[in-house]
Amino acid sequence: MLSIQELSASVGEKPILNGLSLTVPAGEVHAIMGPNGAGKSTLSYVLTGREGYEVTGGTATLDGVNLLSLAPEDRAAKGLFLSFQYPLEIPGVPALTFVRAALNAQRKARSEDELAAPAFLKLAREKAAALKIDFDMLKRPLNVGFSGGEKKRMEILQMAMLEPRFSILDETDSGLDIDALKIVADGVNALRGPDRSMLVITHYQRLLDYIKPDRVSVLANGRIVATGGPELALELEKSGYDRYAA
Amino acid sequence: MAAIKQTVEQVKALESYEHGFISDIESEFAPKGLSADIVRFISAKKDEPQWMLDWRLEAYERWLSLDKPHWAEVQFPPIDYQDSYYYAAPKTKDGPASLDEVDPDLLAVYAKLGIPLKEQEVLAGVIGAPRYAVDAVFDSVSVVTTFKKELAEVGVIFCSMSEAIREHPDLVRKYLGTVVPTSDNYYACLNAAVFSDGSFVYVPAGVRCPMELSTYFRINAENSGQFERTLIIADKAAYVSYLEGCTAPMRDENQLHAAVVELVLLDDAEIKYSTVQNWYPGDPVTGKGGIYNFVTKRADCRGDRSKVSWTQVETGSAITWKYPSCVLRGEGSSGEFYSIAVTNGRQQADTGTKMIHLGANTKSRIVSKGISAGHSSNTYRGLVSAHPKAIGSRNFTQCDSLLIGKDCAANTIPYVEARNGQSIFEHEATTTRLSEDQLFYARQRGLSQEEAVALLVNGFVREVLQELPMEFAVEAQKLVAISLEGSVG
Repeated sequence: MLSIQELSASVGEKPILNGLSLTVPAGEVHAIMGPNGAGKSTLSYVLTGREGYEVTGGTATLDGVNLLSLAPEDRAAKGLFLSFQYPLEIPGVPALTFVRAALNAQRKARSEDELAAPAFLKLAREKAAALKIDFDMLKRPLNVGFSGGEKKRMEILQMAMLEPRFSILDETDSGLDIDALKIVADGVNALRGPDRSMLVITHYQRLLDYIKPDRVSVLANGRIVATGGPELALELEKSGYDRYAA
Repeated sequence: MAAIKQTVEQVKALESYEHGFISDIESEFAPKGLSADIVRFISAKKDEPQWMLDWRLEAYERWLSLDKPHWAEVQFPPIDYQDSYYYAAPKTKDGPASLDEVDPDLLAVYAKLGIPLKEQEVLAGVIGAPRYAVDAVFDSVSVVTTFKKELAEVGVIFCSMSEAIREHPDLVRKYLGTVVPTSDNYYACLNAAVFSDGSFVYVPAGVRCPMELSTYFRINAENSGQFERTLIIADKAAYVSYLEGCTAPMRDENQLHAAVVELVLLDDAEIKYSTVQNWYPGDPVTGKGGIYNFVTKRADCRGDRSKVSWTQVETGSAITWKYPSCVLRGEGSSGEFYSIAVTNGRQQADTGTKMIHLGANTKSRIVSKGISAGHSSNTYRGLVSAHPKAIGSRNFTQCDSLLIGKDCAANTIPYVEARNGQSIFEHEATTTRLSEDQLFYARQRGLSQEEAVALLVNGFVREVLQELPMEFAVEAQKLVAISLEGSVG
């Protein structure tokens, strides 16, 4: 599914990723842990094509397709989704309008028919109910005046609606209380399946109690320095990142 | 969603200014330049009575003594008023009595612009769809007004200003220049001297005008100005909704459009006036050419509980200088101003409104959305004033500016004067930049750059678009996106 080889990237003049390699096969939930400034968010932005993140070497493919040469929207249409650490506010655009525009843009890019309004609304109602989001909230401008927890739930709702093949969850647990965390984790777990993979970026083991990873990697100094099973996360929780630093 | 998709497709389909074509219509001109003789020429061309000519000549004398306004945030070289034609009219026999007699070449121009002039075609449209009566003004004259008969059956007069001067002199004499006096300002005074045509509407007491009225202005002739004058009178408890649209060909020289619109509202009357202004904005890179849109629009709420609403979507013109205003004289009268002003390229806009609270318990509301892109400059200028008798008056003002790119400017200049202690004025203003972060967020979800800009900008102007009649809201939405084409990335 996702294959990253020797990926290097810089922001401005500053190198952040230094020859990062990582493979995530179909069906796998892969946790990325690491200290502050290790390059976790940079990895998510390089993969999704944010401006200002310059790739200086290496490759990244999704299902064999070179991601790095595609525009952000084309990567999205290939099934790449990023749940933002800090979701943006979109004034004047109701959440439903935004999600429907996104969904239909992706379907169009894949030469599929647009989803008609009734089918879309039915889907939105189902997914919102599962995430305990009041449907009326979807009529409000996306994320404007939403609490941190509500914004994160809206991210997962979009993920559930768009059904991406590969999702990156960037610090999805930050700003969530324990109840909200459970709801979000349930939403994420519902999307697990043999055809989908996820990259779960987090500082803390806590999220991984609810979204159980198949594998865990440690990112430090812009590269993967260790990979193991779920037990690696528990070990990190005890011993910290010190031995991976410097 | 459909509208967003349509918008994007339409933007893609267009190079830039859609209405920039020049039509080869044989025209008749007055001699170049401006003088008392030219004023007489225009008046004679229109078979005007002596009182009208006298009014014009007086205005002309006044104009000679007036000075141009200097306070606006716009810059342009001095206008040579002798280097322009003040009258240009498509050649016809005696003016068409019906649609069948209108020059087919002219009809073709309007067909190309998508303006429905043939009543039977409008009638053949979808059952239940709203119908629009249109007055089509081409350069200096009104070429045709549709649905006149049907409107006359309920007593509504809808005709060109020239015709109104001939056919309804009492109404014209009673109201013309009473809202915007000839000496009001430099451009309004010039208009009073040389105005050539425009629309006239009278809705009698208690009548709700059965259809939307609209005027479509087209400047075609070279080196000519357009000076139309519109007068709308809503008698007691009458209601009318009116829309004007404007386009012009792409030409290298600047053309002056100095219009005057006067609205008169008696007790319990209501007028909704919407404008979709899409004059040629000039070359986006060099700034060459384009229309100078120097317009005076004012509504006089003379009657108690009368209600006026201005909605404007300003996307065109090299320079816009325009402040549709409300004089809230009648007790409990109310005025609203909803504006979307888009500037791109080298465009300059200085626009806003005046809410003059004279009567007790008068209310006003201002919602202004300015979008600047390219190297343009976009200023909101607004006055809210309450006079000593305007006890209990209220105003709410909201001015939002959106900047796209790094080379544009946005200004908000509110003037507030309260001359009694019992008025409540609220003012909110925001300035934001269309952020790369928002665009990336939308693109990560699968929207293209163009779709993302269209979606975000539509979100910004949504509140105002909702005030427009449905069909025009869709048009306006497209227009805003087209105007901003190429402004990002």
